Amino acid sequence: MLQGLALIFLCQLAGETLVRLLGVPVPGPVAGMVILLVGLVLAGGPGGSLRRAGTGLLGYLTLFFVPAGVGLVTHGPRLAADWLPILVAIVVSTLATMLLVGWLVGRRIPLEPEPGGDA
Amino acid sequence: MPEFGDIWVYLAEAPLLWLTLTLVAYLGGVWLNRKLKGNPLVHPVLVAMLVLISLLLLTGTSYDTYFEGAQFIHFLLGPATVALAIPLYDNLRQVRELLWPLLLACVTGVTVAVGSAVGVAWLLGARGETLLSLAPKSVTTPIAMGIAEQVGGLPSLAAGIVLVTGAVGAVAAGPLFRLAGIHDQRAQGFALGIAAHGFGTAHALTIGLRAGAFAGLGLGLAGLLTAFALPLVVTLFSN
Repeated sequence: MLQGLALIFLCQLAGETLVRLLGVPVPGPVAGMVILLVGLVLAGGPGGSLRRAGTGLLGYLTLFFVPAGVGLVTHGPRLAADWLPILVAIVVSTLATMLLVGWLVGRRIPLEPEPGGDA
Repeated sequence: MPEFGDIWVYLAEAPLLWLTLTLVAYLGGVWLNRKLKGNPLVHPVLVAMLVLISLLLLTGTSYDTYFEGAQFIHFLLGPATVALAIPLYDNLRQVRELLWPLLLACVTGVTVAVGSAVGVAWLLGARGETLLSLAPKSVTTPIAMGIAEQVGGLPSLAAGIVLVTGAVGAVAAGPLFRLAGIHDQRAQGFALGIAAHGFGTAHALTIGLRAGAFAGLGLGLAGLLTAFALPLVVTLFSN
């Protein structure tokens, strides 16, 4: 678990370093994710320690959102002024995106028999 | 015997208090969500946010003081983002088989998600940082916050918007797919992952494992595409 965690931190560190070296406008952790993905392809998959650490982190992913979400408290005046455009934009855009992507993929995927009971 | 007020003065400034309260508020949200049979509107994150914001306002505590403690939880967003490479790797074979249809849907979906959010908000009178904070609304929070920071939006506002987006997507998915006749699990999952990120992925897992896998894939692809493309687009527009 600790090895896996160290590996994840190393990838993030490499990602943060890389985006600053190259001056590209990409978040460091995203670059770290690509680095880890390339590493996984080269290594032929994650070892047990990495999988445990990664699954552990992703299992609590929603908890990690909380401190940033509480930051809405600092946007009281902006929310009071802009809550309607923000809310309408969220609802319209989310429904439109979901409908379009679902329809596109549903059309383009050749229908094949669903395997086993997972269907 | 010290007064409670004195103890409060010490605790209110120490990181331990707000770190602990964040964990407890989240666990309370998990408990409440289970009691209400997983209703997406009472998502643990939304419950915790509401409780903690109320506490901050009631005790007159500043967000900076709160963040002194909560930063230890916040920090883990970065490593969790890196860890998304693991489910992405697990779905790599399915990606190769369906590469072109999925990429086309992903590019279209991300364009519509960003374009319609910014367009609708602009038409209704929103400007500046509000618009830039809305742009990454469909991607998972750690990526959205990073993007918002890069393009000149407000990361914490973006995070709140992303959370509301996820809840809206999860609540609307069932009726929407029924009305539109979208029955394929892969299509449903991928749409949820693109439009509603981690929330959508969690909801897709309740539809089925296959939908969950495709949602995780959509989440990763949309996050990557938005992270790479949006800062470039914003730079082009602002020049």
